[in-house]
Amino acid sequence: MAVGREIRTKIKSIRNTQKITRAMEMVAASKMRKAQDRMEATRPYAQRIRQVVAHLASAHPEYHHSYLIEREEVKRVGYVIVSTDRGLCGGLNTNLFKATVAAMHAWHEKGVEIEIATMGRKAEAFFKRYGGNIVAQVDHLGDAPTVQSLIGLMKVMLDGYKAGKIDRLFLVYNEFINTMTQKPIVQPLLPIAPPEDQKSEKAIYWDYIYEPDAKELLEALLTRYIESQSFQGVVENIACEQAARMVSMKSASDNASDLIDEFQLIYNKARQASITQELSEIVAGAAAV
Amino acid sequence: MEGKLTVHVDIVSAEKSIFSGLAELVSVTGALGELGVTPGHAPLLTSIKPGVVQIRKRGGEEEVFYTSGGLLEVQPDCVTVLADTALRADDVDEAAALEAKQTAEQALKERGAEFDYSVAAAELAEAAAQIRAIQSLRKKRK
Repeated sequence: MAVGREIRTKIKSIRNTQKITRAMEMVAASKMRKAQDRMEATRPYAQRIRQVVAHLASAHPEYHHSYLIEREEVKRVGYVIVSTDRGLCGGLNTNLFKATVAAMHAWHEKGVEIEIATMGRKAEAFFKRYGGNIVAQVDHLGDAPTVQSLIGLMKVMLDGYKAGKIDRLFLVYNEFINTMTQKPIVQPLLPIAPPEDQKSEKAIYWDYIYEPDAKELLEALLTRYIESQSFQGVVENIACEQAARMVSMKSASDNASDLIDEFQLIYNKARQASITQELSEIVAGAAAV
Repeated sequence: MEGKLTVHVDIVSAEKSIFSGLAELVSVTGALGELGVTPGHAPLLTSIKPGVVQIRKRGGEEEVFYTSGGLLEVQPDCVTVLADTALRADDVDEAAALEAKQTAEQALKERGAEFDYSVAAAELAEAAAQIRAIQSLRKKRK
């Protein structure tokens, strides 16, 4: 039957696609769980170092690091953008880029220049086309990134800040709220704002004993603080990626099911019509004889 | 043993939490030499050398951890060891920074296969959207 063949091949091809999307959904689901565990595991460090920095902010250090001083005049700002390496994860990256571009636009209007550092290939591809000044980039971070892989990129931006090339630094990533919801976040990294929960009414003037000296230690501590913040962002973004992929692959599988049902109906109708036609032809032929 | 004071100790690395609990004594190798921290120590911030962190827990039980350097913060009521996961040195960091820069520059120069791929993917998505629109239009007309 010539009518049926086209539709049948179509159904078959959709079924194959559905198999792939189903498999991807399941892979993403298991990866998401692992990514969530990793997110939990990295949290203590981020919390502890935030505590130490909060202590530091409430102390009265003899030395003021440039990371802690807010600059009045802003000529250029830096953005570190965390994206995924691969696509097929719904609107995750697009939403993130939209939020970033909106934030950048506000700076543009004030005549502030922008420097970009990208993590992940999607951000690189987007901002190359959008037209940004990309100064540093890392990709292929994998499912289990290490802090080590971020050190280089962060150093480029931190050095830029220290040299006065950029006056503000932001981190853009997706916050994992739950499996269905991920929210793009533009988080200020530099200058480091004193944490809100500090007790500002600490009347006693105290300072750390620094060994060997304050400058070196603060440098090491604050660099690690910034790195841990961005690492947390990267880990969270990976959990978001897997969740978004799982959801979008699930809806792709569902859509494939709907399409198959529809085509099946068309196929059955066509088949019936052709049988009816053949029958009526035979009957008509017989009557003519 | 009950009378002995304890201090809360946390040893964390960027990728996981290593130890969290009460201790009577924490010994680490600081940048300027061996340190023994007891409860009620004055606030101190120091970098630590790669090596062993020894903790005497309540009751005298000892536990030993290895860290590849990091930072130590001491407050009268808590001790925090922020362990590094990687060996840090200025020249190593510098090399990593240079690499990140070069990747960006190189990617800008060559608009090679990967770039074409992303363009193609975008076009494909557009085409798929068009097809979907046409299909839904047809369905309505039926």
